[in-house]
Amino acid sequence: MDKQSLLDLLRHDARESVDDIARQLGADAEAVAAALEELEDDGVIRGYQAVVDWNNVDEEHVRAQVEVDVELDRETGYEEIARRIARFPEVATLRLVSGDYDFFIEVEGASMHAVSNFVSERIAPIPEVTKTVTHFVMDSYKEEGIELGDGDDDDRLSVSP
Amino acid sequence: MTLGDQLSDRVKQVPPSGIRKFFELAEEVDDVISLGVGEPDFSAPWAARTAAIDSLERGKTSYTSNRGMRELREAISERVTRYGQEYDPEDEIIVTTGASEAVDLAFRAFVDPGDVVAIPQPSYISYTPGAIFAGGEPLPVPTRAEDEFKLTPEALEAAGADEADVLVLCYPNNPTGAVMTDDELADVASFVRDHDLVVLSDEIYSDLRYEDDHASIATHPGMRERTIVFNGFSKAYAMTGLRLGYAMGPPGAIDAMNKVHQYAMLSAPTTAQYAALEALRSCDDSVDEMRREYDRRRRFVLARFEEMGLDCFEAKGAFYVFPEAPDGDDEAFAEGLLEEQNVALVPGSVFGEGGEGHLRVSYATGMRELREAMDRIEAYVSG
Ligand SMILES: Cc1ncc(COP(=O)(O)O)c(C=O)c1O
Repeated sequence: MDKQSLLDLLRHDARESVDDIARQLGADAEAVAAALEELEDDGVIRGYQAVVDWNNVDEEHVRAQVEVDVELDRETGYEEIARRIARFPEVATLRLVSGDYDFFIEVEGASMHAVSNFVSERIAPIPEVTKTVTHFVMDSYKEEGIELGDGDDDDRLSVSP
Repeated sequence: MTLGDQLSDRVKQVPPSGIRKFFELAEEVDDVISLGVGEPDFSAPWAARTAAIDSLERGKTSYTSNRGMRELREAISERVTRYGQEYDPEDEIIVTTGASEAVDLAFRAFVDPGDVVAIPQPSYISYTPGAIFAGGEPLPVPTRAEDEFKLTPEALEAAGADEADVLVLCYPNNPTGAVMTDDELADVASFVRDHDLVVLSDEIYSDLRYEDDHASIATHPGMRERTIVFNGFSKAYAMTGLRLGYAMGPPGAIDAMNKVHQYAMLSAPTTAQYAALEALRSCDDSVDEMRREYDRRRRFVLARFEEMGLDCFEAKGAFYVFPEAPDGDDEAFAEGLLEEQNVALVPGSVFGEGGEGHLRVSYATGMRELREAMDRIEAYVSG
């Protein structure tokens, strides 16, 4: 079983049935199920989630990208700080990045107030954190490889040579 | 006088297209899922599109040389070496308005009135009318499901193609998805040499082979000098609307085609030539990506047909599979399926002798629609 093809397929559509995946890869369903289990056990696949277009959801949902600068000392490394930040349920994504700042955080909340409160009361006070810059998400056009919006119509002729 | 009475015999001789008829039927139906489309569902690679825009911004809107931009011919020459083909960009390659134009040019350059043009069937629907418009006499050469729709010397013999002047080949094939290996082509090449035929080889699906690499009859001994190869950008690069293809052959032959082309077309669309050049230079990855996606769909569709109990040989090229219609009547099946389940596909008989009793199913459609279409076909078959 070619795990890369399996991952390609799942990253495209994780809801495909094991049978349909097997058909596309020319494998049998048991082999696909086993490979999936292996990928999960090995920590390659960490979960399966819906890609939500929040524009089309009635409830308010606010997201912000937060840049975080930290100052390390002899006892504290990135890993430790990261573990602490990652524990907050408001933090959807946390990455260590190269460039002008250290951590990139994606924070989600029910309102702008909730999100900014969270940053100022939970993130900023962490002793190693020296600076935060919060960017509220105004709109989103593409998430996880999926373009949001109405999409283009298929304008091909329905039957052609 | 009415112009309708003045139609040339050649035009009158060609019946209305069966595809067209089916298109009109499908247009009547709402929410149709179509597996009847003969072009990619992708768009041209981004780099190729950008190159086209860029050329427009730089004001590249004049004609090119009749044979196409020199750089493009060089890039084509370089490209086809991967199929074992060697053609000099100077006088052995001509860039055309789609492979369609190239095929038409070849008919006009090589067919005299009364010449017999052997056309293996089922086949892409343009060859027979093209031969007729050039004054030729089409000779259908049926290929068979038992042979996985490959052309054999026996089929050629049986159809009387030994008397023909020209043989049209198309592998990977539209509508069957059939491919031919080098060994199988060697047998055809031997027949062609024995009976002194000219070969017109439409290799537009050369990059869409899923189990092995493309093989071209033109690379067989003694074949280069009697073969015109057609290829293009429509299928592999998803550039159908840009209308760009090319023909390759020995120098005198391409000169002859260029003679027709310079009067009928002047030059192929300039913007498209810039897009094509970029496609050849930098879009291999996009082609690979599309090929992988088609291959997954191909396997999916073949597996579903097998599970439904529909007989279907394992098509290994293009983006079609060609299952048998369950009760043998392809037209009735296609019409019934369209009416009851809103799924369009094309009855095989549209593609000539040997196509009857089969259905052309195109998988140039996203997985979601494909899955839904397969469920509906299953419901129709078992209903
Ligand atoms: C076998 C074959 N040849 C030629 C063509 C036409 O190609 P082009 O768009 O380059 O004119 C098609 C298009 O469907 C085809 O299937």
